[in-house]
Amino acid sequence: MLAKRIIPCLDIKDGQTVKGIEFENLIDVGDPVELGKYYSDNGADELVFLDITASHEKRKTLSRLVTRIAKQISIPFTVGGGISSIADAETILSAGADKISVNSAAITSPGLIEDIAKKFGSQFIVLAVDAKPEDGKWIVYKNGGRIKTNLELFSWARQTQSLGCGEILFTSMNHDGTKNGFALDPLKKLTETLNIPVIASGGAGSIDDFIEVFNYSNVEAALAASVFHYQEIEISILKEGLYKEKIPVRI
Amino acid sequence: MKISIIKYNAGNITSVALALNRLGIQPEITDAPEIIQKSDKVIFPGVGEASTTMNYLKETGLNTLIPKLQQPVLGICLGMQLMCAFSTEGETPCLGIFDEKIQKFPPKEKVPHVGWSSISNLKGPLFKDIPENSFVYFVHSYFAYNNKYSIASCNYIEPFSAAMQKGNFYATQFHPERSGRTGELILKNFIEL
Repeated sequence: MLAKRIIPCLDIKDGQTVKGIEFENLIDVGDPVELGKYYSDNGADELVFLDITASHEKRKTLSRLVTRIAKQISIPFTVGGGISSIADAETILSAGADKISVNSAAITSPGLIEDIAKKFGSQFIVLAVDAKPEDGKWIVYKNGGRIKTNLELFSWARQTQSLGCGEILFTSMNHDGTKNGFALDPLKKLTETLNIPVIASGGAGSIDDFIEVFNYSNVEAALAASVFHYQEIEISILKEGLYKEKIPVRI
Repeated sequence: MKISIIKYNAGNITSVALALNRLGIQPEITDAPEIIQKSDKVIFPGVGEASTTMNYLKETGLNTLIPKLQQPVLGICLGMQLMCAFSTEGETPCLGIFDEKIQKFPPKEKVPHVGWSSISNLKGPLFKDIPENSFVYFVHSYFAYNNKYSIASCNYIEPFSAAMQKGNFYATQFHPERSGRTGELILKNFIEL
């Protein structure tokens, strides 16, 4: 039986964990290694680290942090943020990450997905995509939600799947930080459109929100940040809640 | 205790080494036959493509060394698949320790099989103190059916072999180094063989 995954996301800026409220007003919520270890010991199935201020010069700092994380934790983790070349991907993977996620760089040059998938395998590459609805269409944004693109969510997701992407991490920008629940309809449509796993992100506020997204759509995983960082939801209690609703989880 | 991790051109072995570090072991990552032969235990990890990797093992002579090892050997993921007789990934003969064929999952569900799945029918010392239906972490597109060597079974699209054993050769399709406390216990059981 394959379990649905619960994934805490740790946004990192200058080596520290932060969480944006709709991508702005960043607040420091701790040390990424400590938090990663805490989650690993308390039932998280996977971790995502997004370096939101990653730049080329900072790559070495990030790779040292990745190794520190890999030393401490025994569950899979994904690292993203500013990965824009095969060399970046290789640095992060060899530092100990299990997967890398790409976002803006894949929009600028979709060939990057294909190159990484060919070199390392599809299972190492997660496409992160931020989008919001405009005039009935889901429009993709890049650069941490700051720049609007011409891409439409579902066709972009299909394209990245055919380029060899292994998973899609979809964040609904209008839901992110609101704690009003996940963006159910686009998530359902993504899972119906794609053959690769979809990770739901943005809007988790309660245990019921997780139950709802797993019951409503066929997402493989749900990701959240602040509800875990501020201990509003304990992962162990969340998993008990999912288990009671007959949603397969690792307990 | 000396533990070697076989170094070859197959993906990320950092996480296996770090998992052993957490158990207080400093493994040697090496492709030197004399060091591998003298080790108390050998780990044969791997993530990658079967035929490319087999070619590399042939070039380095590791293909004849590995099947002759007398100490406990643990193959992980692609390592397990390469310990079988044949893989349809690149249509390559493999090391032939387990007389089994590796094949690709039919695309009835999402492939690769990625994530935490429960394992059952656990047998032998590798699974000492591991409860039935424990969850472990998988990332793979190819598999072996359950067979006479199976010491753990999993079900994804098809029932398949999650772990195998033949004499001193042990192998897991899942990644113990990424399987939380359960995985740590499995690695500890291997170290204590």
